[in-house]
Amino acid sequence: MSHPTFLGMPPFPEAAKEALANTQQRANLAKATATIRDKRARAVAEMPDWEHLRLAGAAVKDTVLTRLPELLEQLEERVTAAGGVVHWAADAAQANAIVADIVKAHDGREVVKVKSMATQEIELNNALAAHGIDVWETDLAELIVQLGHDLPSHILVPAIHRNRSEIRDIFVEEMGKVGRPAPDGIGDEPAALAEAARLHLREKFLRAKVAVSGGNFAIAETGTVVVLESEGNGRMCLTLPQVLVTVLGIEKLLPTWADLEVFMQLLPRSSTAERMNPYTSMWTGVTPGDGPQEFHLVLLDNGRTGTLADPTGRQALRCIRCSACLNVCPVYERTGGRAYGSAYPGPIGAILTPQLRGINQHPVDAQTASLPFASSPCGACFEVCPVRIDIPDVLVHLRAKVVEHKRGHLGTEGAVMAAMRATFTSPRRLGAAQRLGALGARVVGRRGRLRLRGPFWISAWFGTRDLPAPPGQSFRAWWRKQHDRS
Amino acid sequence: MTARDDMLARIRAALADHPATPTVPREYHRTLPDADVVGLFAERVADYRATVRRVSPAGLPGAIAEALRGRVVVPAGLPPEWLAAADVEPLHDDPPLSVQELDGADGVVSGCAVAIALTGTIILDGGTAQGRRALTLLPDHHLCVVRADQIVGTVAEALTRLDPSRPQTWISGPSATSDIELNRVEGVHGPRNLAVLIVS
Repeated sequence: MSHPTFLGMPPFPEAAKEALANTQQRANLAKATATIRDKRARAVAEMPDWEHLRLAGAAVKDTVLTRLPELLEQLEERVTAAGGVVHWAADAAQANAIVADIVKAHDGREVVKVKSMATQEIELNNALAAHGIDVWETDLAELIVQLGHDLPSHILVPAIHRNRSEIRDIFVEEMGKVGRPAPDGIGDEPAALAEAARLHLREKFLRAKVAVSGGNFAIAETGTVVVLESEGNGRMCLTLPQVLVTVLGIEKLLPTWADLEVFMQLLPRSSTAERMNPYTSMWTGVTPGDGPQEFHLVLLDNGRTGTLADPTGRQALRCIRCSACLNVCPVYERTGGRAYGSAYPGPIGAILTPQLRGINQHPVDAQTASLPFASSPCGACFEVCPVRIDIPDVLVHLRAKVVEHKRGHLGTEGAVMAAMRATFTSPRRLGAAQRLGALGARVVGRRGRLRLRGPFWISAWFGTRDLPAPPGQSFRAWWRKQHDRS
Repeated sequence: MTARDDMLARIRAALADHPATPTVPREYHRTLPDADVVGLFAERVADYRATVRRVSPAGLPGAIAEALRGRVVVPAGLPPEWLAAADVEPLHDDPPLSVQELDGADGVVSGCAVAIALTGTIILDGGTAQGRRALTLLPDHHLCVVRADQIVGTVAEALTRLDPSRPQTWISGPSATSDIELNRVEGVHGPRNLAVLIVS
């Protein structure tokens, strides 16, 4: 089975234009984000200590980042002592190769998979397909995306851009090609669609030998890995197969078991807007007679150390992938997630993806460079972030990086800025410019407003904006006249 | 150089500016002073559309008998008197039941390790009357017995009672999804029916 890829997506403005033209998707997104925003607001409002939890959450995650080497070594030691095997993967290719080798060592031609952002980031499904290994996504939304030969568009609800009738059509068309078909005459009620997914995936769960998961948290002190979910597909994958492989970003650590008291409160309310998600699984290495008897933990870098090296940008590594920032973002609500061209859409994606791709170290491709500009930045994302990532601050910081990389290639914007600098740093040139402006205003101004038309680089900006016309004389000219008079 | 050495070296280099490790402010609430934790737990579990009943120790076998029928998975260590009044075919996990046998069972009855009032959460850790994780996963109906003294107020209190070396399942209501237009649907892969008996 082939899997679509984010590789080769156009820059954000182009992708956004296409997304905005999709009125069905815009309607689906507007409805869904409004629903989850309200629900989250209620779930948070009943917690009088919410702001204290956020402060603690941010500080715990900063602790992880500052102590990362020792905590990773501690985690490795504890997982190994409990019967697990720890692997280190510097990049996506290494991580994918490790997983493929483990699956092949067990004569595995298929794996069941729990939804995981890290494996989406490294496009594990494509890599395993190249080895002839079938990957079955078991989260309902991931299943919808996979069966629809589609790309995910939201961290929590990857099929948020699809409505029920589209989902029904995908199930009817595709389920039979890869397993148990959708029941005859199935309607588009969410309960019926969920039942179809239950029946379709059941046989895959019961026969699977190898499962692949991500992890929400890993406790350095104890070696415990934690996965939060809702449907029970996670429990199936984490419990029934004999072999379990978990791919974990190195920033996912928590120092101590007790730190879960903060994050098991912050994450569910921020993410699904519930007091607690239906199921959370926690395991430490291997437990004889219960669950997988072989456990592999793959620690993934893939650009995280580059992100960590930037004192302003490193706070993006606090992220616990709740998706609250997506749901409040006016840009995301209109464009949807796929326009961001990576597994991480929305405000967090706009700061995380460019950093994972190395924007802090070197020039990046046009699509990546467009991401820090994919925001207003209104600040709503910071308000809801459970670990207080100052996304607007990082956005502005990364925009400066993009401009820095552009030095030496003076584009239109650079040329305009250079002319502005020359003008504003000399009183003589400023005076001349103001006289010229006043003259120009008399020529093109109408009712005191300027409406500029011209080549595309002027019309692109002024096509939707106008300016007050400059006054007939500048303050400086007026002042000089007053003094000449006296 | 191995990937491990390479990654650790890069992390150390990334932290060359020696960012200070912060002191974690922990002013959030760790307990629920003066709360009726049993009442709150019952209310919060019911909010997830699980069935909740409060029973006396003497009334427990009768309540269990009413809630179960058919082939029922019985984890090791379940007090025999719990099933004294039930007309069921018990399936014991010794020798271990196959996934097909578990999938074909009508239900499972278990105890729990700890429960959290604030979030309506039941925690299983594979201890007495709970069994390995698959037992409470595959049957479509899960009846869970919670003693009042197992209920704590907050997540923080629950964590202090738990042993991280044991595999855990935290359960808050029946399995559910909101993946279709963010409409909540109870019952996907995990048990579609969760019934809780609170014994006090």
